[in-house]
Amino acid sequence: MAENVTGLERRSWGQTQRQDRWWVVPLVVFCSLSAFLIYANWAAFQNDHFTYGNYISPFYSPPLFVTPPADPADEDYHRRENHMHHSYFGAQPSWWPAFIPFSPALLILAFPAGFRLTCYYYRGAYYKAFWADPPSCAVGEPRKKYLGERYLPLIIQNVHRYFLYFALLFLCFLAYDAFQGFFFDVDGDGKYTNFGVGVGTLVLCVNVVLLGGYTTGCHSLRHLVGGYLDKFSGSPIRSKCYGCVSCLNKQHMIWAWCSLVWVAFSDIYVRLCSMGIWQDFRIVF
Amino acid sequence: MANVTFRIWRGDKESGEFQEYQTVVTEGMVVLDAVHQIQAESANDLAVRWNCKAGKCGSCSAEVNGMPKLMCMTRLSDLDLDRPVTIEPMRAFPLMKDLVTDVSHNYRAKQKIKPFKPRKPDNADGSWNMAQEDVERVQEFRKCIECYLCQDVCHVLRDHHKHDEFIGPRFFVYNAALEMHPLDEEDRVEDLKKSQGIGYCNITKCCTKVCPEHITITDNAIIPLKERVVDRYYDPVKMVLYKLMGPKKKKS
Repeated sequence: MAENVTGLERRSWGQTQRQDRWWVVPLVVFCSLSAFLIYANWAAFQNDHFTYGNYISPFYSPPLFVTPPADPADEDYHRRENHMHHSYFGAQPSWWPAFIPFSPALLILAFPAGFRLTCYYYRGAYYKAFWADPPSCAVGEPRKKYLGERYLPLIIQNVHRYFLYFALLFLCFLAYDAFQGFFFDVDGDGKYTNFGVGVGTLVLCVNVVLLGGYTTGCHSLRHLVGGYLDKFSGSPIRSKCYGCVSCLNKQHMIWAWCSLVWVAFSDIYVRLCSMGIWQDFRIVF
Repeated sequence: MANVTFRIWRGDKESGEFQEYQTVVTEGMVVLDAVHQIQAESANDLAVRWNCKAGKCGSCSAEVNGMPKLMCMTRLSDLDLDRPVTIEPMRAFPLMKDLVTDVSHNYRAKQKIKPFKPRKPDNADGSWNMAQEDVERVQEFRKCIECYLCQDVCHVLRDHHKHDEFIGPRFFVYNAALEMHPLDEEDRVEDLKKSQGIGYCNITKCCTKVCPEHITITDNAIIPLKERVVDRYYDPVKMVLYKLMGPKKKKS
């Protein structure tokens, strides 16, 4: 038999007895995630200025296919050539439909985006900030109907661990990009063989560290490396892995935000260097 | 010493409203002290549930300035006393009178959870061998004092009244304490998904915020349980493994 368990009258949207500025955090989350989404979409559709020397923007990595250079007289010929230098499988495939704008970022961004979208931390944050479900703890909600994550579309959040597998793979590509960032073409012969450290090298390395901290502190990874066990004794490696992931997981929110901001900054850095607005200072030649 | 205004909810199941009381507060007082002082001075019939005054019995749960708190552990010095201090009952449960609610829903919810089912004893004297590292994880959950503040702040119960379909954070903690116990052989994953409604939790972490025992409810109890449900019902690889190998449950 259904229980009739209802307390005091349900509060309406935003109604609360809280005296603190409860709306600040959801507002900051809303503004920050919106700004990131707008910038990331804009940057993904640019299909230009995503490499500078051996640096490549994390939004475009791994660049599976790139738009090839056309006419040597074109202003962007050398940039396009540099894009080709980074590409894993060469030029944009001929079968790509003309009516769909091409950008290497569009081929891959769904994976990191899906990882963040289904992340346990971000879910809680954007349910509050974008859907007011609830706006904040102990604050009235706008809707009476509630399905939770039991039905479509939110039941899809349960695939988070599959996005995690892709995120771990992408982390390898980004680590390789950061490693490549230590090599420069000093002679201008198109060969990146001279070891050095530029500000961009550090930017890309910090990006890998922050994304690494975020990805390896994931709740799903925590479960997969050992959380599913009820007994750790007898599994020392799993126990150690679980301890390490748990340690990172405690600060998952911090890693999530730092890595989000830095991945956008890394793109901005490479973009502005490529556009000639910023100069990439070399720290070690 | 300061004269402070308190707005306290007065009423029963039928009707109620905030009433203002003034009382003089002194250094070191907690909200429950002020409520008792008001009860003695100007509202002898004010109903309030309390017991230990030490944050261990979980009786004096209420909402202080809109946030679920134990009244005995909320220092007045931590509140803005220039504004009236609002005290109201927990909103997720039926009101009985003034600050007292009927929390019996929680007892019924607890009965839905399969009890501890230990494996056969390891030793002839009926005892078990356990390593410290195996029980460390569940020890956190045993700190729970059943104050039900987490149940109160959870919007699934508080705003959406899913009491029939969702057992609430407290009982996910209880489930986790049993399910992750190294001796336990029971399987609660199906119940978590179907009758206990873990899918309703959308990870607001409000339960963790209000827990007076600082149990990391969401990260250490609810999300790991959600992941176990994913293993069983949403991860195709794990689902196949489960079909082939059966429940992994806890070989002795």
